[in-house]
Parts: sequence; C-alpha cells; structure tokens
Amino acid sequence: MKSSTQYNQNALESKNSYILIIGAKSDIAKAVARKYAEEGFNLYLAARNASALDEFASDIKIRLGCKVACLELDILDYTSHQIFYDNLKEKPLGVISAVGYLGDQEKAENDFAETSKQIATNFTGIVSFFNIIAADFEERKSGFICGISSVAGDRGRKSNFIYGAAKAALSTYLSGLRNRLYESGVHVITVKPGFVATKMTEGLDLPKKLTGTPQQVANDIYKAQKNKKNVVYTIWIWRWIMLAIRYIPEWQFKKMSI
Amino acid sequence: MSNTKSWGNYPKVAASRVTISETERLKALLNEVDDVISYGNGRSYGDSALNDNVVCIKPKNYFLNFDEEKGLLHIQAGALLSDILEFSVPRGWFLKVSPGTKLITVGGAIASDIHGKNHHVEGCFSESVAMLSLLLPSGEIVSCSNTENVDLFRATCGGMGLTGVIVDAKIYLKKIRSRYIDQKTIKTKNLKETFEAFEKYKDQPYSVAWIDCLAKKGRMGRSLLMVGDFSDDGQLDFVPKKKLNIPFYFPSFVLNTLSVKLFNAFYYGKVKAGVSEQRVDFDTFFYPLDSINNWNRIYGKNGFTQYQFILPKKNSFEGLEEILKTIANSGKGSFLSVLKLYGKENENYLSFPIEGYSLALDFKIEKGLFPLLDQLDEIVINKGGRIYLAKDARVSKATFEKGYPRIEVFRKLRRKYNMHEKFNSIQSKRLGI
Repeated sequence: MKSSTQYNQNALESKNSYILIIGAKSDIAKAVARKYAEEGFNLYLAARNASALDEFASDIKIRLGCKVACLELDILDYTSHQIFYDNLKEKPLGVISAVGYLGDQEKAENDFAETSKQIATNFTGIVSFFNIIAADFEERKSGFICGISSVAGDRGRKSNFIYGAAKAALSTYLSGLRNRLYESGVHVITVKPGFVATKMTEGLDLPKKLTGTPQQVANDIYKAQKNKKNVVYTIWIWRWIMLAIRYIPEWQFKKMSI
Repeated sequence: MSNTKSWGNYPKVAASRVTISETERLKALLNEVDDVISYGNGRSYGDSALNDNVVCIKPKNYFLNFDEEKGLLHIQAGALLSDILEFSVPRGWFLKVSPGTKLITVGGAIASDIHGKNHHVEGCFSESVAMLSLLLPSGEIVSCSNTENVDLFRATCGGMGLTGVIVDAKIYLKKIRSRYIDQKTIKTKNLKETFEAFEKYKDQPYSVAWIDCLAKKGRMGRSLLMVGDFSDDGQLDFVPKKKLNIPFYFPSFVLNTLSVKLFNAFYYGKVKAGVSEQRVDFDTFFYPLDSINNWNRIYGKNGFTQYQFILPKKNSFEGLEEILKTIANSGKGSFLSVLKLYGKENENYLSFPIEGYSLALDFKIEKGLFPLLDQLDEIVINKGGRIYLAKDARVSKATFEKGYPRIEVFRKLRRKYNMHEKFNSIQSKRLGI
C-alpha cells in the first residue's frame, strides 16, 4: 500500500518536471514538445535564434497550461554548453536532441567547410552537450537522454554519406552512453526516423507509405521513453527495411543506387 | 500540382499549393507568385478559395494570447474553430458567432464573414473581431479594426480573401455555463406558420428551421423550427464523441426526388406536433453534420452546390413562396434546406446578411440544375435579395452585382492597394471582382 502511494507521488512529481529539447525549431522537435506538454510536462526549448519559437511557445502555454521557456543555444559553440546547463534553475528530467543538419552531399564533397558543418552539427555538438548532461544525470542517478539519429547512419550511401557517417557516429555514441549509464539507472534512447514529412524534406518526392508525420515520430519517442526501449525506428517499417539493406553484401551494395 | 477541391467537390481545380507556417516565408512567397488565393480548410462550397495558385494557411494555427478577463483570444488565422472550442468550452467560453460547422479556419470565418443561428442577436463573425492583421500585396502587415484602417477592415471581413492574407486576429468569446443547450422544436404546418413561429421566438438567442422544400400546396413551407440557449447547469467537461465516416462517394443516383421525399417525410414525421423540448450537447445543436466525416460524398463524384440566398424581410414571404413553388415543381429535392430569420445588416462591403429570411439548399450537380438556379436567381434579384458567395460556384456577374450594391467601393479599394493584381480566385474572376 505504502509503495503504491510512493509510486503515485513520484509520477506526480515527474509530470511537473521539465523536459529539455534541443534543436527545438525542427518540426519533429515541435511535435515532441507538444506531446510532452500534453502529457503534463514543462518544457525548455533550446535553439539558435530562440525568439523564433515565441509564438509556438505561447500556443503550448495557452492551450496546454504548462510552463515553457525558450532558451538560446548554439550547438556549435561548444564552450557555451556547460554555462547553458548550469544556468538552468531546475534541471530537466530528460533531454531530447532533435538537432540535425541534412546539408548538401555534393557540396560537402568539394567543400570541407560543408563537410565539417555536417559532422559538427550532427555529431560533435551533440556529444559536447550530452557529455555534460550525462555527468549530471549519472550523479543524480535519474533521467533519460534521447538522441534523434537517422536510418541514414545504418549504411553509407553515395547520396548522403557525410550526413550518414555523422549520424552513424551519433548512434554509436548513444549506444556507448547507454552502456555507461545503465548502472546509474539513466536510460538512453536512440531514435532512427526514416522519411518524415517536415520542412527539412519539403520538396523531396517521398513514398507516402514509408513517410511518417512528425506527430507519429513524437508518439513513438514518448512511448519508447516510457517503455524504456533502446533503439526505435519510426515509422516502424524502417526497422525491417534497414535490416534488409544492412544484409546486402558489400560487393553488391557498392554497385547500387538507393 | 494537386487536385484542390472545395466542399462541394465542384469545380475541381489542379492548383499548385504552397503551405506556409512562417510569416517571413509568406512574404517571400508574394514576390514569387501572382494571382493567388488563401485556402483554409476547404469548407467553402464553391470556387471562392480556388485558383491556379493557393496558399494553405492551416499550419499557421497558434494561439498567441488569451485574456481571461475580457474573453479575448489572439489567434493565428489557420486555427480551426474546433481548436478554439476544444480549448474554450471547458473554461466556460464559446464563440460569439459560429456557423453550422466548426471545421473552418478563423481566416475563413473572417473572409466569408460567416454567421450562425444567432445572427438576429449577435450579427456576423466580424462583430466579434476586435482586430485582424492583414498581409497586403506590398508585403506590409497592417492591423485593421473598427477604429483602425477601417476601410480595410470592412473590405476584409466578407471580402473572400481578395484583400490579402489574414495572418492573425483577436476575437471576443462569450461566457457560457454549460456545454448543453435547452432546445425547443416547433413543428409548423406551412410557410405562414413557420414565419409566425420565427417572430414568436425572436427573443431566443439561437434559431434555425429545417424546411421540407418538396412539400406542395397547403403543406408548402412546413418546417421544424429549432430554438434554444445554453443551459445553466455548470457542466463544461469535454465529452469525446464517436464519428461516422462516409468512406466513398455514393453513386449519384442514390439521391433522387423519391429518396429525398422519403427522407423529408420521415424527418418531419418523427417529431411531435406542436412544441417539444430537448436538452442537447452543443455539438449536436450547432454541428450535427460534423459528426459524419466526408458527408459531402453522399452527393456523388460530380459534387454538389449549396444555393443560399437572402431576401429583405418585407419581400420574404412572397419571394419564398414563389421559390419553393418553383423548386417543388422542378422536382429537384434538397434534403438539407435551412431557413433562418436574420437581424440587421452590417457595414462590411461584401457581407451576405441583410435583415430578412435566408434559405440554403443543397443540390447535387446534374443536368438541368443550373437553369433552375438561374430561374431562382431572377426571383431573388427581383425581390431585392442576394446570393452567398461562400457557397457559390455558378452565379452570373450581373446577378452578383445587383445583389451587392457596395461592390464598386470594394473594387476601388482593391485597385488602390493593387490587390486585384495579386489576390484572385476563380470566383472573383468570374464575377469581375
């Protein structure tokens, strides 16, 4: 009896906790923010030029009645990350990264600045930030960390392998982090979206049946976090598509255009 | 290019659609395309939101502020009225003016200056608008109200999107104490009784009549008048509802004179004679058809049109008699025929309501329909009435101009701001607006 009261108490506390979302201007991040607000959490929304999030934040505040703070964060300004985190009065229950930069593969091949930007945005910056979070959560022995990676990281393809390589590195990092934090009770989730209809993919001709909406991705993330899933593909069919793609022998794969 | 449709599924247009969610991108867009019209939730019936280029404003749907003291909501134009109600009803607020569907955008409500069952008390939607922001062809965003940029306000409310893109608005809500309506249904035997009932229940805030448009002779104009007001019981909790769906287009022969006659007889017959009382949820009272997804599919693939006109009060009885006779004789039945007594006209240049009776009729598109409607147009104009643009897909320029004497003021304003070179719909081109 006592333990169930205890549990309810914890559940109540967690509902008023903050979730920190970085890269919060993306469509997926916005859908995730709305989902967590609907579930009763408060939000820190961090991004570059965070004032662009003001209207979105007021919408969530008014309709869902939670607290929302928009915070300035440059993922490429590594030295600012610790200060950013120290400045959060109330530390978050969980951190979700939706930071991502698709970039231009062809440009990246000829211009190292572009390559470097893809790697730094999709990998280095997030690592810098998550290292700080991990240290704090490990000490507190609670919390969750969620990184949105990509199916593009599951195998390198000529159409976007710089982006893909950075995402592969992120997936590997998250896997290691999960391993490290397991004993502290901190859960790490790797999210691998396939095609998602967002601003980032606007104008691309995506197959309808394989393309998810930001809302679907957000629901999948929330469910995965609640059920302590480790790696989640969204929409679900991508787990099987990528399994098949990973099984194509390299001598065959190198000749293909997919 | 994708097939862009209005609620009537007529006409169908291959339009290039641009979806916008950020104001900056919207401004940039104006430099890229000419001849464009805003498109909300596609619930206007005809061609008023259709063109080769349409801007979908639905993603711009954020709530910007809610002043709970005044009941003043600041909201972006792409938000649906249903979004507002989901938020406001549990807090004890309702739209001051709502049409028969909540599945329209705020921008659409303003552009059509929609009205509802309480027009005789609260007027049009624009009368609840404290302020709106309008993106002009120049790329400038101006705020318009009854006291600021008054000419733009009067042109934009009811202006069918032809003055620019409505970006956001502040609207007043009204306090309610219940999500339920205490409703009275008055069964009348003919048109005279129907008119008398409207007059008798004039002080009821909400009133509308379903009329059997196929009844002839002594029964012509027989109706079910529904009147009511919000209950006082303090029940505001959200009650989720099941929805039906029409999964495919019905073959077009399903609706014919016989089936409509049967429906009408059944619908009229199941109600007790005289006056009966019911207590219904606001969704049932205001939005009966919203509970059936895709109900427009019952009219078949060829689509349908809603013919809605209004006549000045002094000519209403005569005019309606003549029109109902013409329809009954044509045998073309409309099984959703709605009659309502309206209050005073407002000062907007193209708003539809005038003081008098309005009748709305749904007809499936078929051979012989348009000649019948042309015939009805003539009666409407002779009696000093007009046609509702938000429903229309076929009226002639001459009929339109006779019904809307302030059109020249509107045209002049369009030229002054270069709106005629940027914002057009198929309807505006047809009518030379």
